[in-house]
Amino acid sequence: METTTDITWLPVCKTTDIPADGGACALVEGKQVAIFNFARRGEWYATQNLCPHKQQMALARGMIGSTGEACEPKVACPFHKRTFSLLTGECLNGDECSIRTYPVKVEGDNVYIGWEAD
Amino acid sequence: MVPQHLPTVVVIGNGMVGYKFCEKLLAKSTAFNLIVFGEEPRVAYDRVHLSEYFGGKTADDLLMAPLQWYHDNGITLHLGDAVQEINRDARTVHAHSGLVQPYDYLVLATGSSAFVPDIPGVEKAGVMVYRTIEDLEKIKAYAGSAHSGAVLGGGLLGLEAAKALLDLGVAETHVVEFAPRLMPRQIDDAGSQMLQSKLKALGLQIHLNKATSSIGGEEKIDALHFGNGSILPVDMLVISAGIRPRDELARLAGLDVGLRGGIVVNDEMRTSDASIFAIGECALHGGMIYGLVAPGYDMAEVVVSQLTQGARAFGGYDMSSKLKLIGVDVASFGDPFIAVPHSRSIVFEDAHSGVYKRINVSPDGKYLLGGVLIGDAEAYNMLLQTVNNKLALPPHPEDLMLGARGGEAAEGAGVMSLPDEALVCSCEAVTKGAICAAVTEQSVTTVDAMKKCNKAGTGCGGCVPLVKDLINGTLTAQGAYIKNVLCEHFDYSRQELFDLLKINNIRTYDAALDHFGKGDGCETCKPALGSILAGLWNDLIVKQHTIQDTNDRYLANIQKGGSYSVVPRIAGGEVTPEQLMVIGSVAKKFGLYTKITGGQRIDMFGAHVGDLPDIWEELINAGFESGHAYGKSLRTVKSCVGSTWCRFGLHDSVSFAIEIENRYKGIRSPHKLKGGVSGCVRECAEAQAKDFGIIATEKGWNLYVCGNGGAKPQHAQLLATDLDSATLIQYLDRFLMFYIKTADPLARTATWLNKMEGGMAYLKNVVVNDSLGIAADLEAEMALLINTYHCEWREVVENPELRKQFTHFVNVPRAKDPNVEFEEMRGQKKVKAW
Repeated sequence: METTTDITWLPVCKTTDIPADGGACALVEGKQVAIFNFARRGEWYATQNLCPHKQQMALARGMIGSTGEACEPKVACPFHKRTFSLLTGECLNGDECSIRTYPVKVEGDNVYIGWEAD
Repeated sequence: MVPQHLPTVVVIGNGMVGYKFCEKLLAKSTAFNLIVFGEEPRVAYDRVHLSEYFGGKTADDLLMAPLQWYHDNGITLHLGDAVQEINRDARTVHAHSGLVQPYDYLVLATGSSAFVPDIPGVEKAGVMVYRTIEDLEKIKAYAGSAHSGAVLGGGLLGLEAAKALLDLGVAETHVVEFAPRLMPRQIDDAGSQMLQSKLKALGLQIHLNKATSSIGGEEKIDALHFGNGSILPVDMLVISAGIRPRDELARLAGLDVGLRGGIVVNDEMRTSDASIFAIGECALHGGMIYGLVAPGYDMAEVVVSQLTQGARAFGGYDMSSKLKLIGVDVASFGDPFIAVPHSRSIVFEDAHSGVYKRINVSPDGKYLLGGVLIGDAEAYNMLLQTVNNKLALPPHPEDLMLGARGGEAAEGAGVMSLPDEALVCSCEAVTKGAICAAVTEQSVTTVDAMKKCNKAGTGCGGCVPLVKDLINGTLTAQGAYIKNVLCEHFDYSRQELFDLLKINNIRTYDAALDHFGKGDGCETCKPALGSILAGLWNDLIVKQHTIQDTNDRYLANIQKGGSYSVVPRIAGGEVTPEQLMVIGSVAKKFGLYTKITGGQRIDMFGAHVGDLPDIWEELINAGFESGHAYGKSLRTVKSCVGSTWCRFGLHDSVSFAIEIENRYKGIRSPHKLKGGVSGCVRECAEAQAKDFGIIATEKGWNLYVCGNGGAKPQHAQLLATDLDSATLIQYLDRFLMFYIKTADPLARTATWLNKMEGGMAYLKNVVVNDSLGIAADLEAEMALLINTYHCEWREVVENPELRKQFTHFVNVPRAKDPNVEFEEMRGQKKVKAW
């Protein structure tokens, strides 16, 4: 899924801006991006902030966790608890559209989002 | 229509089994011409419950079915007309009245008579048997003038007869038994001794090892003379020394009979003449006479099957039985006597309370083989089922007879663990599967309805408790209350986790997950654990804000479009003009829509997440505090205007509502909590629709609990009446804490109560009578929560780090979500439609 070509790494915020095992929303190039600090696993994820179910800008405020044997990381929308894979963006409990995921990297205390030009 | 020639079935005998045969045959087929002869003047009645005839039941109460039933079902019934001869060659029966009735099939259900031993003097006045209603009437007539009486025979029927004498007021009642113990066929020595001492305590005098040699007296009995020379003076004697099969007709007709009586039958219940059947106590199967009603019914079923091209056969019968003898439970099941090396026995004996229990377990400890219960036979049905269905025993089989000890539920002993084919009602051959199906498919919810539905429990009645358990068990299972674990990450119920976290002093979600969970958690277990942790330690909720549902994370209610609403506490709905002006000015300044809520307070909608701390700063400075409208916690205690203004009010409901709301504010619970206080019975606060409702009475307050409005409205139920304020608060502390500790996640109090075993009676016992002995703990735990109250919004407003969390874009803190848009309606704003 992740490609390295044509990606611009944009510094977005400090690691301390995103609560441990939670998320926050950042404005990136005019778009709302939900960034998740999965501290329990030492992983970072980023997705679109819009929940496709009822078109609410809310995913960053959702609870994260994992599901299944493989412990697939997921986020649950705070509105109606639709859950989406943080790896693939796929909706895990319904027939909603998938959500977009973004590459994230952390260097020092800076969080970067990998941006592809549309 | 031309009437066809239907095969004629003649039944000789109109007792319980004869009747049951008719009923079962009719249920299967009406293609028979059914003719019944009975020698007694009345239609079949329930002999099993004969002793209730003395307990006030009339002969009519005991009828199996009224006379009309026979007419309605086209049965020709000849009562009081004994058959005197069977002509097998002509296939006819000849009745006393001279009637000659041809038959195609003949069913002998002649039953048995009381066995009267050949003792000199049995013909004397005052010597009677215990068998029919007529016998009982004779006993009753005689007992009036008798000071003392004896029953010959210490078996099951003999003890029933002794009870009858006691009930009739015979001052001195003796039981005389030839064997060295009572009920020698059913129970062992130790059980018999326990039974004996219990019966003695109830006023029965027991004489064992006594061979009666003669009956003394001139015309009428005055004493029993025993073989050892001793004499027992009595005014009357009831003989109950066993039964003798009524096989004289069969004998006369040349059918095979046993040496000691009984009409020989094969597995199809056919006698030596294939067109003649015998069922019930007159039939000798495999060398056995079955003196119980259940095997008789089974035999009737077999004959019906044979007559209707079925293939059912009789394969012997389990003689397990349970009865209440003079108030003492007596039961034996499976093989009560089997001993080493074929089994090992576990025995429990409590001489003080008169309880004896023995279970016989297979040598490898896997299966139950049989046992005896004296004094407490509550476990009988389950034990019998465990034997009959070869259920695997739990690691501690003694739990089955003693009940679980140490506060844990009995393992493997639940009625729902029975297989579907388990025969629950043996009289009517109803299986567990049929009973459960009646509940799930025909909405049968009571024992009475079950009796109508499939006759379960209508025979001997012994299975009624089990039927009830199965109904309840099935209903419980239907309530989807099956395996009660939190989610895939925690294999525990909320209540279990509550205790585990408390015992292990665990204060964070991560620690709980490390100790008791797996994986990384999810949106189900995180807020549930958040609620448990809050219920235990009442720490600041925002310290672990990422495990909270979004409302608790942002201490506000998320609304359509992603804006939040703000609700300051207005305890009891009482608000000053100054406070109203503050709310007005804050709403105006931040552009908020305002509305009065159902809980008597004011909600301000449309706040941007970044504005929340500023809004609250102004509210707090004006003296408001959080209303916890966002939390699974106490919302409001609604009040009517009460005695201060209302001309009907009995007490000051507003002051009390304010006191209670402030007492429990901020406390987290499994779901939201609502209360109400009404100043009189007019109930203007609608308190009975709340989780707790308080209504003033002349003498104090009535406390109602577990009501609900919402999707499934339910009235609150009365917990206690006429309480003073202090006691009411004490009960409320206990009630709320018990709920907080034991309810499932997101279960309102009404749901919690509906699932509670024992229901309101149990809850009342715990809260009012302290039946669990935890009242003091509950009060102390509640006190901790009350004493650690803090206004969460004050903490946030005063803490710059916490304030930082209230922003939409982390990288543009002052920017608002441009997607949150509003439009105007009736002079206020509303969320812009998409």
